Amino acid sequence: MVLSAIDSATTVLAADSGWTILFTGDNLTRLLGGLWTSVSVAGLALVFGIPLGVVLGALRIMHNPVLRAVLRLYLEFFRIIPTLVILFLFYYILPREMGVQVDGETIAVVAFGLWVAAEISDVVRGALISVPEHQVDAGKALGMNGLQLLWYVRLPQSINLMVPATINLAARVIMTTSLLLLISVIDVITVGQQIMEANRMAHPDSAFWVYGFVFLLYFIVCWPLAMIARALEKRAKERNNG
Amino acid sequence: MSWQVIQQALPLFRKAFVLTLELSAIGVVLATILGLVIALVREYKVPVFSQICATFEELLRNTPLLIQLFFLYYGFPSIGIKLSAQACAIIGISLLGAAYMSGAFRGGFSGIPTIQVESAKALGLSPLQMIRHVTLPQGLTRSVPAVAANAIFLVKETSVFTVIAVPELTNTARDLIGMYYRTDEYLLMLVVAYAIILIPLSVVLTLLERRVRRGTFGD
Amino acid sequence: MADPNNFGPNDDEILLSVQHLKKSYGNHEVLKDISFDVPRGKVFVLLGPSGSGKSTLIRCLNGLETIQGGTIAFKGKPIDGTEKTWRRLRTEIGMVFQSYDLFPNLTVAQNILLGPTKVQKRPKDEVERQMDKLLADVQLSEYKNAYPRELSGGQKQRIAIVRALTMNPELMLFDEVTASLDPEMVREVLELMLGLAEHHMTMIVVTHEMEFARRVADTVLFLENGVILERQSGHDFFTHPETDRAKAFLDSMAPISDEE
Repeated sequence: MVLSAIDSATTVLAADSGWTILFTGDNLTRLLGGLWTSVSVAGLALVFGIPLGVVLGALRIMHNPVLRAVLRLYLEFFRIIPTLVILFLFYYILPREMGVQVDGETIAVVAFGLWVAAEISDVVRGALISVPEHQVDAGKALGMNGLQLLWYVRLPQSINLMVPATINLAARVIMTTSLLLLISVIDVITVGQQIMEANRMAHPDSAFWVYGFVFLLYFIVCWPLAMIARALEKRAKERNNG
Repeated sequence: MSWQVIQQALPLFRKAFVLTLELSAIGVVLATILGLVIALVREYKVPVFSQICATFEELLRNTPLLIQLFFLYYGFPSIGIKLSAQACAIIGISLLGAAYMSGAFRGGFSGIPTIQVESAKALGLSPLQMIRHVTLPQGLTRSVPAVAANAIFLVKETSVFTVIAVPELTNTARDLIGMYYRTDEYLLMLVVAYAIILIPLSVVLTLLERRVRRGTFGD
Repeated sequence: MADPNNFGPNDDEILLSVQHLKKSYGNHEVLKDISFDVPRGKVFVLLGPSGSGKSTLIRCLNGLETIQGGTIAFKGKPIDGTEKTWRRLRTEIGMVFQSYDLFPNLTVAQNILLGPTKVQKRPKDEVERQMDKLLADVQLSEYKNAYPRELSGGQKQRIAIVRALTMNPELMLFDEVTASLDPEMVREVLELMLGLAEHHMTMIVVTHEMEFARRVADTVLFLENGVILERQSGHDFFTHPETDRAKAFLDSMAPISDEE
């Protein structure tokens, strides 16, 4: 078994093996095009979800118990149900309720956007309440109203906590777009499968290379985001201690 | 919405429910053990292994589970390694989980005050004694909320197993929808099944977070 | 008014009146039936052991704590206790806290300008002139563009006082403003407060600095367990306190001296 594995590993690396199909014809551009679809769905979901999440997060520090309970419920629903199931819920229910054909991309943007809003609302709430109460008192002592306290005291002092968490979430959303193939969106993985299908006879080992390549593509997009977030987190921590 | 449809699907969902629980439990346990080992290797900066572990962590944390599973299930056979779908699922979730758990444990270790480590050194404890008497007892309690949060994350990730046709909850629901087109009933059952597993876990997590924040842990 | 630093004629107007104030957290009564009147231009010092309720009391006077009973009246008008009313009054009642409460993300000048320009909506150039003068008075002009982290504790508290003064308050509340300071910085803050008292600023001060309290207080209110045990002129309280509790308190606060 081990020997045969090494054996096939050597054939895999030979010049005519599967990795060449990544660079034949327009395969590479097609793969990158699929990646662009995934990243743009994630981007749109973030563009809609972040502002909504900031508003919801700010509302969650208000004293209205009903509003707080409703928003908490909204967050917990998106926390507890797996994202894939949420995606299916929107995929099956949204077109029927709207009575029109809705393409997979739009469904994903709506579902991911609402999920992003839920997560961001928790990030924003956590950051806002981390601002020391005595800072808020100082703002009150200057006669500030609720919005002024939010804008001049809480937000500027918590934004450095919100930004890294948001970047981390962005990376998670991009990774979650891998689920798009399950609702028939032509994403980077589907393109990869089409390429493998077309080369099934000539390169039976293409799965290893194509999936390996897609793995790498996701890593190249998400890892820098994670690094930036970590650097910002570290800086925020140092500033808080200093 | 038909009660009959739900009743007929119940046995299948029950089976899937048990499988989801089993796979989650195995995944969480393996991930926790492996994650702790990785965290210790990185905390004590074991030469070479520490770098390997760091690379492993970064690779798995920054790629989707779905593509990791595809790579294991479809990619590996072409280099001569054939695994069953369930084996791939368990390997996949354990490795991904280990990468996250390691982060949780390292977070807990880094919360140990430097003075604790320094006084342990001042007492002349060996590295292994330090792990046993300082790092583990203090670090583990600090890691508990993050470990619990990861466990919830991993249970939810088992839904992705559907892409390699492991008959867990999500896959069962998809199959049934494909066969009978009763979306409402099956989606409802799917959501309820996950809620049954995850609501108690999430309540436990909230309680743990509260306890650790109150500082009644450990000391 | 000839002297702009003179904060008002020393007549008999009652600026702040507290009647039967009650405050509790849950079942725990922190303040029980507190009453006193502060005439314009006078300095009241609240003394008492920790836990006596003096910090809670001063926070009630700025609406930072809600009260469970009694009334607070400012300039003869009872305060209805709504956040809206308090918000308006807080522009007339300045407050400085124990913890450094300059906004760390803003420069000294931005800290000072924020309230007058954004809350009071006064013209910026007018406020800037006032700020420049006040900063010059406390000899901190050179720190105008510095961030709070570049300042010492004493400098921070002096800026916090300037920030409150720039709102043109008629009453100033000081809640243990020197308690977090290193000893050598206490003096610069206290001297600034003495200066304000000399200019007839109406002040209510919670402090543990006995020598300062003796010099500045027109009236001392001695609190214990949420009750005013003693109210005396500053001089009388320190020379012959009436109650045993106050005597014990003064003894405990006395500087350590060589025993015979």
